[in-house]
Amino acid sequence: MNSIPMVLGVLHGVSSPLTGALPLAAAELDYAGLARALRPETALVAGALAILGVDISFLRRAKAALRLRAAVAAASIAVVAALAFCLRTGSSGEVFGGVLVLDSLGTAARAALLCLTLVVLGVSAGAAVPRRPAEYCAIILFATAGFTLMAAAQQLLLAFLALELASLSLYVLAGFDLSSPKSAEAAMKYFLLGAISSAFLLFGFSLIYGLSGTIDLTQIAIVLARQGPSPLLTVALVMVLVAFGFKAAAAPFHLWAPDVYEGAPAPSAALIASGSKLAGIVLFTRLLWPGLGAVAGEVSSARSGAGWLPVLAILSGASLLLGNLAALAQTSLRRLLAYSAIAHAGALLLGVIVVGSSGPGPVFYYAATYGLATAGAFGIVGVLERTGGSLQIAGLAGLSRRSPLLAGCLLIFILSLAGVPPLAGFFGKFAVFAAALKLGGVAGPAGWLAVAAILLSTVALYYYLIVVKQAFVAPAPANPAPIAVSPVALATLVAAALAVIILGIFPSLLLGLF
Amino acid sequence: MRLLPWTIYLSLAGAMLSLAAGRRSAAAARWVALGTAAAAWGLVLAAATGFSPSALPQTLVDLEWIPSMGGRYHLAADGISMTLLVLTGLAATAGILFSWNIGERTGEFFAFYLTLIAGVYGVFLSADALLFFVFYELAIVPKYFLIAIWGSTNREYGAMKLALYSFAGSALVLAGLLWAYATGGAHSFALADLASAAARFPAGQQVAMFALVFFGFAVLAGLFPFHTWAPTGHVAAPTGASMLLAGVVMKLGAYGCLRVAMPLFPAGLAFWQPAIAWLAIIGILYAGLVALVQDDCKFVIGYSSVSHMGFVMLGLAAANPRAVAGAVLQMFSHGVIAGLLFAVVGRMVYDRTHTRRLEDLRLLALYRLLPFAATVFVIAGLASMGFPGFSGFPAELSILMGAWQASPLWAAAAALGVLIAAAFTLRVVQLTFFGKSGDGESPARSGTSEASADAAWLLRDRETQARSAALSPITWPERAGAILLISAAVVIGLKPDLLLNWIVPSLQSPLFRAVIKGGAP
Repeated sequence: MNSIPMVLGVLHGVSSPLTGALPLAAAELDYAGLARALRPETALVAGALAILGVDISFLRRAKAALRLRAAVAAASIAVVAALAFCLRTGSSGEVFGGVLVLDSLGTAARAALLCLTLVVLGVSAGAAVPRRPAEYCAIILFATAGFTLMAAAQQLLLAFLALELASLSLYVLAGFDLSSPKSAEAAMKYFLLGAISSAFLLFGFSLIYGLSGTIDLTQIAIVLARQGPSPLLTVALVMVLVAFGFKAAAAPFHLWAPDVYEGAPAPSAALIASGSKLAGIVLFTRLLWPGLGAVAGEVSSARSGAGWLPVLAILSGASLLLGNLAALAQTSLRRLLAYSAIAHAGALLLGVIVVGSSGPGPVFYYAATYGLATAGAFGIVGVLERTGGSLQIAGLAGLSRRSPLLAGCLLIFILSLAGVPPLAGFFGKFAVFAAALKLGGVAGPAGWLAVAAILLSTVALYYYLIVVKQAFVAPAPANPAPIAVSPVALATLVAAALAVIILGIFPSLLLGLF
Repeated sequence: MRLLPWTIYLSLAGAMLSLAAGRRSAAAARWVALGTAAAAWGLVLAAATGFSPSALPQTLVDLEWIPSMGGRYHLAADGISMTLLVLTGLAATAGILFSWNIGERTGEFFAFYLTLIAGVYGVFLSADALLFFVFYELAIVPKYFLIAIWGSTNREYGAMKLALYSFAGSALVLAGLLWAYATGGAHSFALADLASAAARFPAGQQVAMFALVFFGFAVLAGLFPFHTWAPTGHVAAPTGASMLLAGVVMKLGAYGCLRVAMPLFPAGLAFWQPAIAWLAIIGILYAGLVALVQDDCKFVIGYSSVSHMGFVMLGLAAANPRAVAGAVLQMFSHGVIAGLLFAVVGRMVYDRTHTRRLEDLRLLALYRLLPFAATVFVIAGLASMGFPGFSGFPAELSILMGAWQASPLWAAAAALGVLIAAAFTLRVVQLTFFGKSGDGESPARSGTSEASADAAWLLRDRETQARSAALSPITWPERAGAILLISAAVVIGLKPDLLLNWIVPSLQSPLFRAVIKGGAP
């Protein structure tokens, strides 16, 4: 059951008594239902603990490579189990009195997040071996548990807890490479900025609670519809949007992205770029659209109303401009991917803007396929950096000779990011821009943003072509270092590339879920 | 007819097979590519024999694709599509024949080549705007790699410029199409549905949408002033790619203008018609004049392509049945002729002499060393000038007559272009093959014995004589390709009805009736 249109229907003036801060009566506590709904998270956490236990007991003296393989294998089993549970439970609706909601968006997002984690685990088998592999994989699982909870949360407290669980895990993952000062710098920057934005978010949540008297999003929607905008609500909105901007790496809250993407170990960067983005988008979509939808405002025409939609439009435009233009100057592949992430964040924000009118389909498709492509790209970065150093674009020279499969996968991922049909990235952009133009043609900010994004995609093609040019056109260096790719990583990358192609040729596989 | 969609699938399969075959040997890749292209062309010709032209396009495939957006996998063919499909098959086969000597990374070359061809087949067969756009953009990336890896002069710059211009053009098209789709209720991307929805838009919106879509497509068609990518890109490209780019890919842009922009927004065409016609005429004249002063023979051909495409765009702008039929015929004709010209200049001359500078070539008297090439180039030059007996004549004549119907001034101005074309074609033919102009002396006249030549003359020409001694004979793929292309130009030149019988009925379709008005052709 899709809760978003239901709540929007409720917003049209159905009055119901406030049920107070506690939305549940004692008789409604369905712990069995909660346990059933949380089976994926249970599997993930149990898997993480099992990995730690096994590693401490049996593998203390084994070589790091063996420990990594064992940890990745165990973690993958846990993720697959979680995926099976998630698909088994399906879209069952509200859980535990509305704390969680498993609607079509929630279930699809949870499944996509688990698949993205599988990709990240697969590429971590091919990247440089971390000092403590078991802890690494365990923390990836904790982060994933946080993501899946974020995707289903319908209550302010749970949303914040899930966000914190995921974020703290990601801070640790970013700084996992103890031998690299860049990794420590990345973790520190990520942590400081992330902690500040979490503080903003919590303060915003507390203001919303104060205004509405409840922490349940559906109830908040009803109360705010009745109350209308107020200065205090504006402050709360600003706080929430700041946190959203940080999470999505949108300008002007993007400053952490280039340094974190550059310093973190490649699989961590892959997870941050893919899973964290998708989970953040879903969480804030749920927060903004049903929750704060009453004070959304207008972007279909040039009349600027009060509300958070015009602010999102400004963030989106700034990210598109800054991300695309700054990426032109990059010589480091990781920083280029970071600025491209900022540009894509702009388009994703546009996707969030259109959720109110076109549903969550376009933005989900875009975020999921973008995550797949970026995770794959970082996976290739991880493989190529195995011998050390941060990959410069020039370091890709002659990749098509040195490893044709890797070059082929890189081509698919980069072209998907560039939005070249028939790959998935094109249809994601297409769906979002079509929905944006539906909001009122080119008369309003949504339409202008769509046209600007389409034109900026030509700029983006330039820097993406530079990357594949190095891989395919530039001659290989005189003594090319042999590229040893672990079979698991290679299989993961090929599977991800195939998924990008198939999801592109048959977009209905994902778009049809909504 | 039902097998026409297999041209796309065959080409894609051939691309992957070529890549695999290339690992074994270059020869295997070549034969796989040739087989695939010939098979696809064979399918088109088979469909052509059973093709009965009608006003409405005949649907080949119509499957649900993206229900939430209203996009369908809808392939259809009418007379105009058939004409261009025949051209694609011909140009593709000839292009592969002329790329027979690619020795490095052969499998990858033909993989990119066949992917490009698959995209082109897809564009000509699409009846759904979204599908059209997908195939249109699909063709951009293989072009980049073909030029950047196997090209010559300034290839990285040329490849990037071509790719960015093409992508920018298609970005404009996407903006316009999405705007029309969204304003029309966002139900369906079928061209017929979009047209009926767009007919209800206010004129101002139609004008703006037409501008976006038409000029977006016109970038790829080489309309002045968006044409600067074409000479650079075509010169940089390897021979087979230049033949395909100038011959077929530029036609994608013109086809888009005809199939998408014009039927969807008739009010827009009415507004922009004079501007487009004058830009086309300026393109014809300006590109011709620039071609006249080039030192690199491939640049001459590149600019001549822009000039000939100007005729196509003029025909479309005149918007009456005679002019538009002439424009489609010119698309076919120029595709063949440009292929011939690039083949001679690139494969036959440059690959042997390693120079394209007219200053150098005039000293080699290639008509003695490469008589076959000289013959082909003279024939191609005559065809390019619009000489009767070749396909260019009925095409350009039709366009000029149609343009006269719309405005005599346009026809008069464009006819000057024919004169300029004669000038630059004769110049390039003479300088490339027929030695020193003016004094009637051929430097190789004394080729029988060096001692009998003037000593000072010998010193100057020793290098060129050494070069000319190393010229390899014309190979069988080159002969085959040249004969194919010349036959097509002659057959259509002598009996243009073969194609016009397809093209003219298609212009009677309801989609075209609203925008292509005027007397019967």
